[in-house]
Amino acid sequence: MKPKTAGKTMTGAGILWECIEREGVKDVFGYPGGAILPAYDALKHSKIHHILVRHEQGATHMADGYARASGKVGVAVATSGPGATNMVTGIATAMLDSSPIVCITGQVGSKLIGSDAFQETDITGVTLPITKHNYLVTHANEVARTIREAFYVAKSGRPGPVLVDITKDAQQTSAEFDWDAAKPQLPGYRPDLSPEQKEYEQALDLIHNSKRPVILAGHGIIISGAMQEVRDFAERAGIPVALTLLGIGAFPAAHPLNLGMMGMHGEAWVNHTIQEADLLLAFGMRFDDRVTGNLKTYAPNAKKIHIEIDPAEINKNVKVDVPLVGDLREVLHQLLPHVESIDRSEWLDCIDKLKGDSAVRDIQNLPDSGHLYAAHVINDLWRETRDGDTIIVTDVGQHQMWEAQYYKHEKARSLITSGGLGTMGFALPAAIGAKVARPEAEVWVVVGDGGFQMTLCELATIVQEKLKVNIAIINNGFLGMVRQWQEFFYERNYAATPLLNPDFAKLGEAYGIRSMTVSERSQVIPSVRAAREHDGPVLINFKVEQEDTVYPMVAAGASLHEMIRRPSKIVETAADE
Amino acid sequence: MMNTFVVYVENKPGVLTRVASLFRRRAFNIDSLTVGRTEKPEVSRMTITAEADQDQARRIEANLYKLVNVLLVENITHEPSIVRDLAMIKVAATHEARSHVLELASVFRARVVDVAADSLTIEITGAEDKIDGLLEVLRPYGVLEMVRTGIVAMRRGKNTISPATAIHGELDIAEDDVSQSV
Repeated sequence: MKPKTAGKTMTGAGILWECIEREGVKDVFGYPGGAILPAYDALKHSKIHHILVRHEQGATHMADGYARASGKVGVAVATSGPGATNMVTGIATAMLDSSPIVCITGQVGSKLIGSDAFQETDITGVTLPITKHNYLVTHANEVARTIREAFYVAKSGRPGPVLVDITKDAQQTSAEFDWDAAKPQLPGYRPDLSPEQKEYEQALDLIHNSKRPVILAGHGIIISGAMQEVRDFAERAGIPVALTLLGIGAFPAAHPLNLGMMGMHGEAWVNHTIQEADLLLAFGMRFDDRVTGNLKTYAPNAKKIHIEIDPAEINKNVKVDVPLVGDLREVLHQLLPHVESIDRSEWLDCIDKLKGDSAVRDIQNLPDSGHLYAAHVINDLWRETRDGDTIIVTDVGQHQMWEAQYYKHEKARSLITSGGLGTMGFALPAAIGAKVARPEAEVWVVVGDGGFQMTLCELATIVQEKLKVNIAIINNGFLGMVRQWQEFFYERNYAATPLLNPDFAKLGEAYGIRSMTVSERSQVIPSVRAAREHDGPVLINFKVEQEDTVYPMVAAGASLHEMIRRPSKIVETAADE
Repeated sequence: MMNTFVVYVENKPGVLTRVASLFRRRAFNIDSLTVGRTEKPEVSRMTITAEADQDQARRIEANLYKLVNVLLVENITHEPSIVRDLAMIKVAATHEARSHVLELASVFRARVVDVAADSLTIEITGAEDKIDGLLEVLRPYGVLEMVRTGIVAMRRGKNTISPATAIHGELDIAEDDVSQSV
């Protein structure tokens, strides 16, 4: 039983922590400053553990990583002005990937608002288009209801970031705190839509009459917790499953019906399968341009069923035949008893043929040229860590795509990556959040040398918090994905993509993190093992092939079946000449 | 085509910005937006017109609903409805022109609300094309200044959109829905 608090007078700052605690939060990520100081002062009365970050962007990514690893709301705290604006990138990242976070920012005193006071920024105005909702709180008596609403809005329906900006005087002054009376009042908010009976019937009709169906499995499966339902559905109906980047883990990689990742760097056969399908079942995905390619030629012969919680996603990019708007898990529960078991071996055989020469082109099958490829590192990391409770947190770029291709994820929430916004610098702080949320899990950061340097200051947070997070830097001395685009589309004009890097191993040591450098394939597994055995954080600087390329690739705006393929023989690179 | 939306929103600071910002960031252009009080003090009513095809209009509606402060959205473009715009037009009216201007105003059932030595101010209420019509015939005399409210709209007959229907009952949130299990 929760203690009864009706009638108790507390400061706004005290109410803030009391409410956050009652929402089930144990850890928050933040950085103090003038306008949020009353809240920091009140932390001494709270059981909440505050993790001091090195930059407020890190706090938001940590809250995001925490949310993605656990499914719970992550909390980030910052002061007004620059503290709040530093959160913008992390908030936008959480927005595009539907991640539930609550950001608390201090604001100048309510009497000073609008006066361009020291460290005043209109952060609710700034974050208006990148939050699911935001609040400006100017009185202590508004704190409790606002925090309750913020948590409720962040995690219900299609989750997303909510920012609560609290003026300094609202933190300092007192109000009567009554948890029960501060119930959310959201008269216009409808997170719980469900389809009509007629729509279910139309969907079943399409499913039963389809010869070449494919399930497109997205992030919504993981958010809704519908992994088992999707599996039951696919198995009963005999329908193969293609995954989006954020859908990885929603369906086991080893499952015979799993095709792999679709889209720009998806496997060739997966994209061909989608193009030849007669029915697409989109489960909690939003037909992002990175998965559809040219919309005019996308799956031209397929009917489309879209199961999606956000009605604004229906017909946004791809026109669908049957929309089922609602929580995926509930919708599948309704559908499942009516799904007939159909033998689709002909279609599955056809997909097998589409796989064709893909295995030969796989980088794992290329002869050993003495070079270390990122794919080798990631594949070896997978071999070593596959059996445990492992979370891989990636940054953005080539290594992210190789991770998606060469690390086989069997479980939901085992891959955390910035998909929609593609935020470089996401991995390291998000991994910290993931480790805090699931301390028993083994957490690996897989990060490029470019993105690592955007938020590497959080190495200090890892050390200060004594977190066992392992870091694999995939160091190719380039902003690799941009270089790849320059190679393909800008006549190899490598403008501003070569990087002059510090010695990352020395850098890690400077932070007190055990660090090593690996440049040979034979050293990958020993280094991974050494990292796992060490009881503190470890950084491994993998110096990989500089001008390697992610294949296959659908050029931006090209049709999904028009892929640039890996040349079947190894390409000798400049380093060989 | 031009779409007309009736939108009930919570009467709270910043809600107008949220609505306007939504149109901007989804790349729709607001043609006209009016907002005012309703019979319920906690609810405001907006009439928004914007150029959109049928699919876009549906997406505008869905996106408006994503705003937490939006209570109800109705696209009344294809409904029988009454649409009104109000304009005040200050026309140059010299001694000789004055009677002509007055005559035109009366043809359009407009009212003269201010008379000065060399100008007349005419108030007219009606559908947008009626106002456009008056404006057209007044132009040769010299329109000195004009202000229009933008349109307000309401469905005809017993199809009623009241703020009471816009407010859903209090959210019934189960305790375990709000508090995460620790």
